[in-house]
Amino acid sequence: MEEGFLRSALAVLAVDPVAVGGLWLRARAGPYRQRLLESLTLLPLPLPLQRLSPQIGDEALYGGLDAVGSLQAGRPVLRRGMLDRPSLLVLTMAERCPPALAARLAQTLDQHHHGLLALDEAAEAGEGLPATLSDRLGLFLDLDGERAPDVLPLPDPQTVLAARALLPSVRLPHDGVIEVVRACAELAILSPRAPILTLAVARALAALDGRSAVETADLRQAAALALSHRAAPMAEAAEDPPDAPPPEMPPGDQGSDDRPADPPPETDLPLAADMLVEAARTALPDSLLRDLAEGRASRAAKGSSGSGAERAGNRRGRPLPSRKGRPRDGSRIDLIATLRAAAPWQAMRRRDAPHRAGQVLLVDTGDLHIRRAKVMSDRVLIFAVDASGSAAIARLAEAKGAVELLLARAYSRRDHVALLTFRGRKADLLLPPTRSLVQTKNRLRGVPGGGATPLADGLRLALDTAGLARARGMTPTIALLTDGKGNIALDGTPDRALCEAEANQLAATIRRAGLSALVIDLGLRPQPRLADLAARMGARYVVLPRADAGRLAQVLGASLEA
Amino acid sequence: MSVSAVPLLRPLPDVARRRAPFPFSAIVGQEDMKLALVLTAVDPGIGGVLVFGDRGTGKSTAVRALAALLPEIEAVEGCPVNSARLDQCPEWSGITSAPLIRKPTPVVDLPLGVSEDRVIGALDIERAIGRGEKAFEPGLLARANRGYLYIDEVNLLEDHIVDLLLDVAQSGENVVERDGLSIRHAARFVLVGSGNPEEGDLRPQLLDRFGLSVEVTSPRDIDTRVQVIQRRDAYDTAPDAFLADWQPKDAALRETILAARAALPNVTTPGTALHDCAALCIALGSDGLRGELTLLRAARALAATEGATVLHRSHLRRVAGMALGHRLRRDPLDEAGSGARVARTVAEILP
Repeated sequence: MEEGFLRSALAVLAVDPVAVGGLWLRARAGPYRQRLLESLTLLPLPLPLQRLSPQIGDEALYGGLDAVGSLQAGRPVLRRGMLDRPSLLVLTMAERCPPALAARLAQTLDQHHHGLLALDEAAEAGEGLPATLSDRLGLFLDLDGERAPDVLPLPDPQTVLAARALLPSVRLPHDGVIEVVRACAELAILSPRAPILTLAVARALAALDGRSAVETADLRQAAALALSHRAAPMAEAAEDPPDAPPPEMPPGDQGSDDRPADPPPETDLPLAADMLVEAARTALPDSLLRDLAEGRASRAAKGSSGSGAERAGNRRGRPLPSRKGRPRDGSRIDLIATLRAAAPWQAMRRRDAPHRAGQVLLVDTGDLHIRRAKVMSDRVLIFAVDASGSAAIARLAEAKGAVELLLARAYSRRDHVALLTFRGRKADLLLPPTRSLVQTKNRLRGVPGGGATPLADGLRLALDTAGLARARGMTPTIALLTDGKGNIALDGTPDRALCEAEANQLAATIRRAGLSALVIDLGLRPQPRLADLAARMGARYVVLPRADAGRLAQVLGASLEA
Repeated sequence: MSVSAVPLLRPLPDVARRRAPFPFSAIVGQEDMKLALVLTAVDPGIGGVLVFGDRGTGKSTAVRALAALLPEIEAVEGCPVNSARLDQCPEWSGITSAPLIRKPTPVVDLPLGVSEDRVIGALDIERAIGRGEKAFEPGLLARANRGYLYIDEVNLLEDHIVDLLLDVAQSGENVVERDGLSIRHAARFVLVGSGNPEEGDLRPQLLDRFGLSVEVTSPRDIDTRVQVIQRRDAYDTAPDAFLADWQPKDAALRETILAARAALPNVTTPGTALHDCAALCIALGSDGLRGELTLLRAARALAATEGATVLHRSHLRRVAGMALGHRLRRDPLDEAGSGARVARTVAEILP
């Protein structure tokens, strides 16, 4: 990353964090990130910094009654929330931000009093800042794989302050808006927030340069800062030759005859949309574009955990005996149990605490009882589908059909569905656990088939997916759909014996992990090896030659109920 | 009771000086969404709007804009449920005499992760602790009475809250039987939900409670998008001038809504229109009769808005998609989606 790039991003953030939404900082925890965060305090930010973690509760965000304090004082004691005053919120571990918090922060950002600095430590594809938030942040920096410069290129505080003063008078040429919108269209960026934020960045850049009109260079730089990470992968976007002439006449002196708007101050803007596209594309390494596109899609899936039971709830589900405890966010006091606990002590407390004589009931912190309830967690059904060989296409089509049929009635049964296939050298997670039919359709539209059978890798990925799902409070079930035996080992070499040994080992791991599983044999003749594998996995073994989607869904449904 | 029941007591934060919402009339395109919201303003009995679609398409902007647009209501001063007459004030509010005042139509936000107590109301913890009195602290449902209840990201709402809403939206009354309280009050509101389908689907029972549903997508052509960006930019940089520019249009729309409300009872419904409704619903195989009733109400509201005195087939055609689209049995293998199915059937049945 060039020094100038980093400096511009920080300067724009410092000039007006509210207008640009904030900064999405993708970096593992490390000295570089640490130094960057420390340097934030040196910037003349217009807002104070406030840290918050993904686990923050509503109580801390919005403030409220301090129950413990109120009991002691005998009058309501109110606590302020973090969002009560404008600030630049620093969200740590943003990749773990649950959808509910993302929605709250998004609503907060929409009120235009706060900025957000999201520290995204995503390590793998499938993790990352929820799209609800990333859509609202104008700036993006990726520090992974970057070497820290010896001296951080910090913007000059005086320049920033001058720019902030100048900002309200910065004008935006009409053609600039058109160019940014056109660039977004070419980059296949759909969200209307993207151009809005790009223009806000461009304004700040012009102000930083001491100008009161946005120029071509500002727009180009703003596109690099604000659009690059939103761009669709090159493969899709590059279908048109990059040097093709823009579809309409170039803007400038001839561009405004059908528009009533005033001509822009600089009529000689030599600006074309493909320049902006160029700027946005060159700002990032190619591989990252792809990663981001993948990450973006699967992040959406994270949101689908919806009402998933991520922790032992105390609000719904089957009631359990109440327990002593302090009321936290969202928990409910068991009034009767609390009163029962307090009752025996009334006389003694009244004697000991004459200053509390005015209170009808002397309740202490230790009397508080919290209601508890046991929640059944959501199930996730992980399809591991053998996409190898000649029967692949038919089998995949059946699996897709079964996934969609299951999802169609998922809501009443609280099932999430994930789909992975294994073929060629390795397994791929095509559909991370989701409940969204819309997303499933989008992701399952074109699935390749054919090639060798990396059965062991398929089991490994199924195990990983199940582990992740379990960590998120769901109950996973693995359904393995195959018709043959594996012939590719985990390291990708064609070694039948090794693959079998590895598959057996993984099957034993699945069994030890206590995951429920189902092996469906789709071959023309039942395979004794598969029955053996199922036994090692502790799985049910079902022979279902020539399955169709309806029957498959039926069998799966029945075995889930069991 | 939960502690989070009490943020109602919280003094307004320093940042309470919210800027005025984006004007409703200034929203570019999204005609279906705007029409659906206006129709519920004309006839709240239609029963709510669900707006599903892409990010950044102005879903919440439209709802907040609607709040500013809606005509004022007349209510008893200090009544927690915005009663129109003194005898409608609930007993527990302790209001015996109070003048009528005009106040804005309530548009109440139901945040995600809201607690049950906050929604339906609970024991007033302040009075319980401080004075040992048993008193009721009304919740969001009380505040939303005679107005709108808005749920952003409605598909992420927790199930137990959805259950509460289903119950109240059905009966129009909130019954609280908990913590030794036995309270009931009117809770008639228009439910407005928005969400992004990529983050999960909505429970069918809740889906059915929304009278109308519209799908919004990002505009695809450059000119529309430029217009969106420019208006937003003008609003962000010079809000006062922008609001002043659009205020007359919003005022005109408010007048239209008021006129339509007055005209609504006089819209006559010919037998052929009823026949059309039934034929359409049978052809689509929509579950239950709610579809027909909503279709009819929405079409009548549209007729009133357009100043027509007789319900015409064109009115039915215009609102059929939003009234019926979400009531069809979902066919998971149908790529086009239910919107296209309704449009196809409407073209066949109501030529």
